[in-house]
Amino acid sequence: MIRLLNVASSAGAFALRSINLEVPSGDYFVLLGPTGSGKTLLLETIAGLRTPTSGEIWIHDQNVTELAPEHRRVGFMYQDYLLFPHLTVRRNIAFGLHRQAANEADERVKQVSRLLKLDGLLDRRVAGLSGGEKQRIALARALAPQPRVLLLDEPLAALDPQTRQQVRRELLALHNELKMTTIHVTHDFEEALVLADHLAVMNAGEVVQAGEPDVVFRRPASPFLARFLGVENVFRGRIVRCIGGEVGDGTSFNAIFESGPLKLSVVAECEGSARVAIRPEEITVSKEPLHSSALNNLAGIVKNIEKSSPLVRLTIEAIQPFIAVLTVQSFEALDIAAGAKVWISFKATAIHVF
Amino acid sequence: MKKPSGLTVIFSLLGACVVVFLLAPILKMILSAQPGSLAEALADVEVRRAILLTFGCATWAAVLGALTGVPLAYLLARRTFPGKHFIEALVDVPVVIPHPVAGIALLLVFGRQFFGGRFFDHFGLSFIGTVPGIVVAMLFVSTSFLVNASRDGFAQVDPRLENVARTLGYGPLATFFSVSLPLSWRNVLSGGIMMWARAISEFGAIVIITYNPKVASVLIYDRFTTYGLTYALPLAVILILLTLSVFALLRSISYRASGVRAS
Repeated sequence: MIRLLNVASSAGAFALRSINLEVPSGDYFVLLGPTGSGKTLLLETIAGLRTPTSGEIWIHDQNVTELAPEHRRVGFMYQDYLLFPHLTVRRNIAFGLHRQAANEADERVKQVSRLLKLDGLLDRRVAGLSGGEKQRIALARALAPQPRVLLLDEPLAALDPQTRQQVRRELLALHNELKMTTIHVTHDFEEALVLADHLAVMNAGEVVQAGEPDVVFRRPASPFLARFLGVENVFRGRIVRCIGGEVGDGTSFNAIFESGPLKLSVVAECEGSARVAIRPEEITVSKEPLHSSALNNLAGIVKNIEKSSPLVRLTIEAIQPFIAVLTVQSFEALDIAAGAKVWISFKATAIHVF
Repeated sequence: MKKPSGLTVIFSLLGACVVVFLLAPILKMILSAQPGSLAEALADVEVRRAILLTFGCATWAAVLGALTGVPLAYLLARRTFPGKHFIEALVDVPVVIPHPVAGIALLLVFGRQFFGGRFFDHFGLSFIGTVPGIVVAMLFVSTSFLVNASRDGFAQVDPRLENVARTLGYGPLATFFSVSLPLSWRNVLSGGIMMWARAISEFGAIVIITYNPKVASVLIYDRFTTYGLTYALPLAVILILLTLSVFALLRSISYRASGVRAS
């Protein structure tokens, strides 16, 4: 388990502000955030490479706040792997085993290199190895001394897209095998969705939301999060009328959201100013209006069509510009072009009010 | 063949002046020495003693410089602290002050009536007219080469490599010896050789502190003023051939050093 209590840290002008996090034992925890949000700084602070200005860091049941990095037993891997260029692969992996007897260290190197499929590379120099190989060696080096937790800083970012997919699968398989408490830093939310048991989103030195990935993605807690997580249809306005009643039995919405001429049926707790977000894949596009009380129906005009297989992104001007995402098949079945008149519809429950 | 541009022609002509200016005196000197006179000079006990003394003292200076200058270089490359810019400038000062001035300055500290001299007197060390005096003079004028080269070497090592070592159970000192130093040893070594070569060629500061025993440069000066060019020349040629071989070694090491750091 890793627990951060009000941790603040700074690097030059940049500062982490009062970070509170709890990573359960055996968890694959993803720290998600845009570049410059302080993810690496936080990871280095957990590893002891930076001293927090305040707060406490606990690893399992030990307060490690004052402990030097060499005594924390933390496995750490940087985005660009940083293998020691003056050593062979074998000596890189064995680097953290310097306190063990030579035969024990040899055995451990063998074990870890079998686990990460590096047996054939042990006597190579690190220059000239592929990105995927370097990544596995860096991981083997971090795992060899049997750390209590594993901290991975953008472990997939330096790989080409094909290798990335494969290595992502390998990381997941490795985690399922070792069940080591892991923090994985990334700016890629697809990566986060696939890997995370739990995640936290960081922005400008703060944790802005933490929880299970599904919850964070479905219910982003701020406009920043909605935009960052790819919820593109974000509108600001007011909840003007609370109808009341239980959602789900008979009524499918209980309030009206108003943003200028745009009016939407939504599910909301109370009146007042609010923002709404609709994920692009929740929007149905059709040539005729679909009638149902559960639906928001808006007439609009297709302004832009962006094809990036297997999906098509439509920008539809319907009072406000909406982004909808369709599969290529449904797009072709619709048979529309830019300028076409269409209807967009989405459920009240698909609108996230915040 | 493509016609060279105007710039290439003009710059080549101007550049050639420097090359000729540097090469001509050295070549002329080497060529004007009779092989017989070189052998004769080498047979001279005083010459052999001066050369051995010079190389021995320069080696001592380089070792002492490495023990103190390399740690300083590491701090300059890695840490920020008050007075850092002052220290960086200070390291370069011996290169810019006239070396007899350096000699006088050293005299004012290491002379028997001054605090440095009195302090070391307790250990039986004196610096005026002695071998330790030569070493101190060499150290003063040449340490900056080692410090600057080592600092550049350390600065080129990604500090995150040191971070990785720390997370793998290495304390700061163990990290220095297992990561920082092995990755910058070529810079440190070439700085050391440069320092050594500079120490061998020193005259101005040494002649103030220790005229006798004579190092090679002082002996050349002594022969020149006492007996004239004919007697000074063979020794000068021997010294220049020796320093040139050292310099060739330095160049080959620093040449190989470029391009090994990429991982």
